[in-house]
Amino acid sequence: MTSRSAEPILEVRDLVKHFPLTQGILFKRQIGAVKAVDGVSFQLAPGETLGVVGESGCGKSTVARMLVNLERPTSGEIRYKGEDITRLSGRALKAVRRNIQMVFQDPYTSLNPRMTVGDIIGEPFDIHPEVAPKGDRRRRVQDLLDVVGLNPEYINRYPHQFSGGQRQRIGIARGLALRPEIIVADEPVSALDVSVQAQVINLMERLQNEFDLSYVFIAHDLSIVRHISDRVGVMYLGRIIEIGTDTQIYDHPTHPYTQALLSAVPVPDPAAREGRERIILTGEVPSPAHPPSGCRFRTRCWKAQERCTLEVPLLAVPAVFRDTHGPAEHDSACHFAEERQVVTSGAGPGETRGPDGEGGEQGPDPDNER
Amino acid sequence: MLLEVRDLQVEFHTRDGVAKAVNGVSYSVDAGETLAVLGESGSGKSVTAQAIMGILDIPPGRIAGGEVLFKGQDLLKTKEDQRRKIRGADMAMIFQDALSSLNPVLSVGAQLGEMFVVHRGMSRKDARARAVELMDRVRIPAAKERVNDYPHQFSGGMRQRIMIAMAMALEPSLIIADEPTTALDVTVQAQVMELLADLQRELNMGLILITHDLGVVADVADKIAVMYAGRIVESAPVHYIYKAPAHPYTRGLLDSIPRLDQKGRDLYAIKGLPPNLLKIPAGCAFNPRCPRAQDICRTDVPPLFEVDESRRSACFFWRETLDDVPVR
Repeated sequence: MTSRSAEPILEVRDLVKHFPLTQGILFKRQIGAVKAVDGVSFQLAPGETLGVVGESGCGKSTVARMLVNLERPTSGEIRYKGEDITRLSGRALKAVRRNIQMVFQDPYTSLNPRMTVGDIIGEPFDIHPEVAPKGDRRRRVQDLLDVVGLNPEYINRYPHQFSGGQRQRIGIARGLALRPEIIVADEPVSALDVSVQAQVINLMERLQNEFDLSYVFIAHDLSIVRHISDRVGVMYLGRIIEIGTDTQIYDHPTHPYTQALLSAVPVPDPAAREGRERIILTGEVPSPAHPPSGCRFRTRCWKAQERCTLEVPLLAVPAVFRDTHGPAEHDSACHFAEERQVVTSGAGPGETRGPDGEGGEQGPDPDNER
Repeated sequence: MLLEVRDLQVEFHTRDGVAKAVNGVSYSVDAGETLAVLGESGSGKSVTAQAIMGILDIPPGRIAGGEVLFKGQDLLKTKEDQRRKIRGADMAMIFQDALSSLNPVLSVGAQLGEMFVVHRGMSRKDARARAVELMDRVRIPAAKERVNDYPHQFSGGMRQRIMIAMAMALEPSLIIADEPTTALDVTVQAQVMELLADLQRELNMGLILITHDLGVVADVADKIAVMYAGRIVESAPVHYIYKAPAHPYTRGLLDSIPRLDQKGRDLYAIKGLPPNLLKIPAGCAFNPRCPRAQDICRTDVPPLFEVDESRRSACFFWRETLDDVPVR
């Protein structure tokens, strides 16, 4: 948030990751590149949760993997407390990695089936023995199990003896073991059942307060991201196309893609069926090996004009909203940014509200549809 | 009534014992109607569908009782060669994962055309022409050029359209869609659901939509059956379920999903875990997780109480549950 005066704990600048496409078996030559991430910048303040949303193939997971150094960026900077970690190696890198940990999507494949829970959660201590002296480890692991709401006596069990939600708790405990400052969570609840998702989300929020964690929370479920995030960035084809606080993005989106994405989310309320206006996009996401020229969204955008083909829109506050001090004043990469309300605030399940069905500031839908 | 399932029981025999996957399920669908079957993994929603379609793996599965009446005929008593003529032609299924449900070594044209060759005795050439028509109908661009392409050459959304085309091919009167959009992105999900709803209206089909997503259900369903541990715990027209659920499990599910239009505090979380089907708790299967559980819930299995003409709830305390205030 711009008003946050604290120094960002993590700052990403112009991050790029291209995966080469090669041809030939013996003599490989590069014939192109998949531009998975193509110029992503954002900041993360201490204690903040940044949500990153986007459809599959937009590069959100690649960003996550670069943040924890599982993938080397092609170019760009990742600054942790001012220091560019993409240039580090050896001992200095190891020290930084301790502070940035990851929770993976699939609790079924991200835990080694042949290791006991104690070994899985304790393994980070083998790499960073300074955190926990050898004799102390068992107790530390049991503490961690307790913190994530699992019985400390389960320390000698194997992953297959746990349900999906419990396994994700084990994954979280492993992420917490080294007392990191930042946790990068890549779709941490999307493999879980609905009734268990809420448990894990609540756990993550509690841990954030308890250990002063900063989260980068990556997901495709827009409702969950809104629930947990302070700020939200929307990605499309390797770029962030809109970023702002959760109110700015969800209630006052100005980029057409964000608007379409939000309007496509099914609302668990049949009463909203009629009143809701859905923007159904035509076509599908183009290949990141050959992204469209200019604005990458233009091939599916109903507002696209010639300018969009020629000129890449920059991620900045659009001129129309500059100095308006309204919620629409946030970064949006569109030449024709307009505010449009797409999330209808229908009454919640069983909730009784006034006949107008709204309590907050529901700006009238600007008559700017095309 | 187009389809009526009565007291269906399905068991799986495993090394560790007998798992009762479906334990007395009854529901019905009429022509032009959409029934959503809602449940978490292991609730028996897909197994019920497989039993209806006759594609259950037997063994380890076993249908232990019940009736599946399709246009008045009990499919469970019908001979396999008869069922084959119904399956695909008058009753079709759409699966979640289109990539693994399509044959990777046959072109999509051949797979679509096969429906007409096998069921209608058409020549390959005519069948191919019908395949192109079908692809047009499910709005696949440049159908004529793409009819000889293989499944891997299509995107996820396009593959799901091909699955829909295949299910629609012979204009069945009933379609069962098992999590048809779960693997798709939201913008594509909206396209596919819209297509499915349009075609249903056009052909006046009955649709059984199996899903875990309360949002998708609210968008398209006429009525809902909520399943838990092999039983239906609540059934009602769609509006009632969201406004005033009559079962604590439904109430809990609704309260535990975050919403796009509001930023809540803590999410309500149903405590505990879905039960192991080998060890379903005595009495009401939901009782260890239920905030309302009393002694009777631990000893007696609640029947489906009649809440009103169109609604049923398998909870001894459905009256009290109706008055529950949402946690939010």
